[in-house]
Amino acid sequence: MTGTGTFLRTFLRRDRWMLLWWILGGVGLFMATVYSVDQLYATQADYDAAAASMEGNAAFIAMAGPARALDTLGGQTAWQTTAFGAILAGLMSMFLVGRHTRAEEESGRDELLRAAAVGRYATTTAALLVAVLANLVLGLLVSLGLTAYGLAAPDSFGLGLGLTATGWVFTGTALVAMQLTASTRSAYGVAGVVIAVSYVLRAIGDIGNGVLSWCSPIGWYQAMHQFSGLRWWPVLLLLGGAVAATSAAYLLLDRRDHGSGVLAARPGPAIASRGLRSGLGLAWRLQRGGVVGWAGGMFLAGLAYGAIGDDVKSLIGDSQTSQDLFVQSGGDLVSGFYGTSILMLAVISAGFAISSALRPRGEEENGHLEVLLATALPRSRWLLGHVAVTVLGTVLVLGLSGAGLGLGYLLVTGDGAAAWDVAWPVVQYVGPVLVLSGLARVMFGCLPRWTVLAWVPLAFAVVVMLFGDLFQLPQWLQDVSPFEHLPMVPAEDFAWGPVIGVAAVAALLSVAGQVAFRRRDVH
Amino acid sequence: MLSDFIYLSRTARTRPPGRDGHYGRSVTADSVIDIQGLVKTFGSLRALDGLDLAVGPGEVHGFLGPNGAGKSTTIRVLLGLLRRDEGVVRLFGGDPWTQAAELHRRLAYVPGDVNLWPNLTGGEVIDLLAGLRGGLDRARRARLIDAFELDPTKRGRAYSKGNRQKVALVAALASDVDLLVLDEPTSGLDPLMEEVFQGEVDAFRDRGHAVLLSSHILAEVEQLCDRVSIIRAGRVVEAGSLADLRHLTRTSVAAELERPVDLDGLAGVHDLVVEGTRVRFQVDTAQLDPALRALVGGGVRTLTSQPPTLEELFLRHYGDEIETSEP
Repeated sequence: MTGTGTFLRTFLRRDRWMLLWWILGGVGLFMATVYSVDQLYATQADYDAAAASMEGNAAFIAMAGPARALDTLGGQTAWQTTAFGAILAGLMSMFLVGRHTRAEEESGRDELLRAAAVGRYATTTAALLVAVLANLVLGLLVSLGLTAYGLAAPDSFGLGLGLTATGWVFTGTALVAMQLTASTRSAYGVAGVVIAVSYVLRAIGDIGNGVLSWCSPIGWYQAMHQFSGLRWWPVLLLLGGAVAATSAAYLLLDRRDHGSGVLAARPGPAIASRGLRSGLGLAWRLQRGGVVGWAGGMFLAGLAYGAIGDDVKSLIGDSQTSQDLFVQSGGDLVSGFYGTSILMLAVISAGFAISSALRPRGEEENGHLEVLLATALPRSRWLLGHVAVTVLGTVLVLGLSGAGLGLGYLLVTGDGAAAWDVAWPVVQYVGPVLVLSGLARVMFGCLPRWTVLAWVPLAFAVVVMLFGDLFQLPQWLQDVSPFEHLPMVPAEDFAWGPVIGVAAVAALLSVAGQVAFRRRDVH
Repeated sequence: MLSDFIYLSRTARTRPPGRDGHYGRSVTADSVIDIQGLVKTFGSLRALDGLDLAVGPGEVHGFLGPNGAGKSTTIRVLLGLLRRDEGVVRLFGGDPWTQAAELHRRLAYVPGDVNLWPNLTGGEVIDLLAGLRGGLDRARRARLIDAFELDPTKRGRAYSKGNRQKVALVAALASDVDLLVLDEPTSGLDPLMEEVFQGEVDAFRDRGHAVLLSSHILAEVEQLCDRVSIIRAGRVVEAGSLADLRHLTRTSVAAELERPVDLDGLAGVHDLVVEGTRVRFQVDTAQLDPALRALVGGGVRTLTSQPPTLEELFLRHYGDEIETSEP
């Protein structure tokens, strides 16, 4: 253990910004939730209506947790934050532990430190302490914040300190994961799967008979029944789990060689499959993780929106602000709400399109492109492979978020025709999304050093979407956002004109970017 | 001295390679690389300033220069990654910028710092690069993987620097090409693998193909190359066969003697330092024999001699001239 103190101080210093952002984000999640719930539901009648619609909605329960005391501010807050707060604390713990243990070991820096007069367990212990402290600070700040907001103190501390204990469990499981594989990425993968499985187990348990919820740390956290008859004994389960996982990690650490994992690295294929041996094949191979991740995530996001069904009214309440935000068009409340939701899904999907369009720049920066272009692969064909992945990936991501939306709606209402009506309009946003990726393409072709600015148009589109009418931005300024030109189907009628026009702009930008790239130096 | 360089670099293009009997053939007819007066600027920086370079078939050409002299920039222009500002650049008689893809079927390139995709295995990268070049020789691939002791099932992120370099070398050597462009190819290889590499390069040359090998290590170039171009500040300052450049090499000598000897004033001896019975000096290769005889007169106890480093060579030969000739 010699050297643990020194390491702890160094790690805290190196992590100070990272810790600040994670903890601010965590506290922000809880405070934003309590504030928005408070704003959304003005009267007890609003709470009763919301509770009635949410309690009967299996999709909501699977997403958030067992419905308890949803007719109160505290109950709503706990219900909406526990699962996501636990995931956030889990991810924070995972990255804090991983970056000081396995990542350092893989890079070889840890070897340098080990050669100094430090104990075998020093780095691991210091990393563990950083995560333990971070979770403690996060939990305490959440407790104090909610108490200060006016919620009952014991339950606020139950929510905050329960979060701390849950974070500690995931610290332990992450520490185990770091012992398993030699590669940091796979170790993060294992630790991430533990968090995901905890979430899914409690989701199935919560909509079923509840047994599986008792197999998940997130289930234990929610079993504390904050703001609905608080009980402290499930904390013992969390602490026990944390101690058990951490002990297991130390046992494994003792039994493995430095630099290796308990599981031997799995050898990959010695020869390339036929599909890999082309520019398009390589582009797909490099981007498929992103495409699949985004498509899956957007499917779930669509599912979440769709699962609201027709209960829009009770959900968003009577407040004018929330109506302005969630229903930005004419027509009836439900189709107006879905028209806006579809727009939101589309704007989020633009995140995929832009990051996909910037992937070629990454290939250029880390020297892969130089090697590729020294082969008989023409520049234009190389870039076209990435363009194809961006375009088809965008269609897939939007298509799946539409499918999720339709499926969620269908499951809740059982109305197939209406489900189709809310599902398909997502795809009309392929054009605006590709305009943003086309702008990124132009940046790549003309100003490769400034490609990070390709995110600015997305930020602008978000601002226009959220605040355009609220701040009464002039219409010409709003019209700069490509999303503003499409009718908000299903609240408004579909029209071919704008769809084709915006798609043409997207194609033009993409081609311009590709042509510019063919003419410039590659660095 | 400067006029001497100009003479050499001019004659380099018209003079055939000297080592293995290609005399009398016209280089321009089937030249592999032919660069004349190449200029490339980045903003206000003149990275290449009228560079000339000629490489013919069956020739291993050393491209020698200190870091930042413009070696990599030249290679990047040659690969069609950078667009030339002025001058003539011919690769297999074609324009490397407009005909990049078709010309690249005939060459393989190994960068100095090989960066592999972290999630592709070495075997996949070899097949990908060779496949994009237009196919590879399966048997030769297997033999090379064996010779370089490479594990092709490891992922890119798990390879050491030397092993990443081996992946790129196998991909290059297993392809059916006429030109190898190697940018400091052995910086990560251990001596044993360096020997394997040198054997492969020799075999490649003996099949009648050309190699452009950039390096800042004089010894490596001496071992492998038939002809050498020395680049400094974006310009080739010397070009010719190694024998032509012999006048450049001095030998550093350090000796411990039984009794002091007087070496002062001996022809070809430079930078003499005498500390009692210990002497250090540099001597022109042509004057090595008289200098050693003088040492033997003092009774030699220990003797070490080594070729000068490239940096010493540059400082000595080109330092001042280049500074003053720059605008």
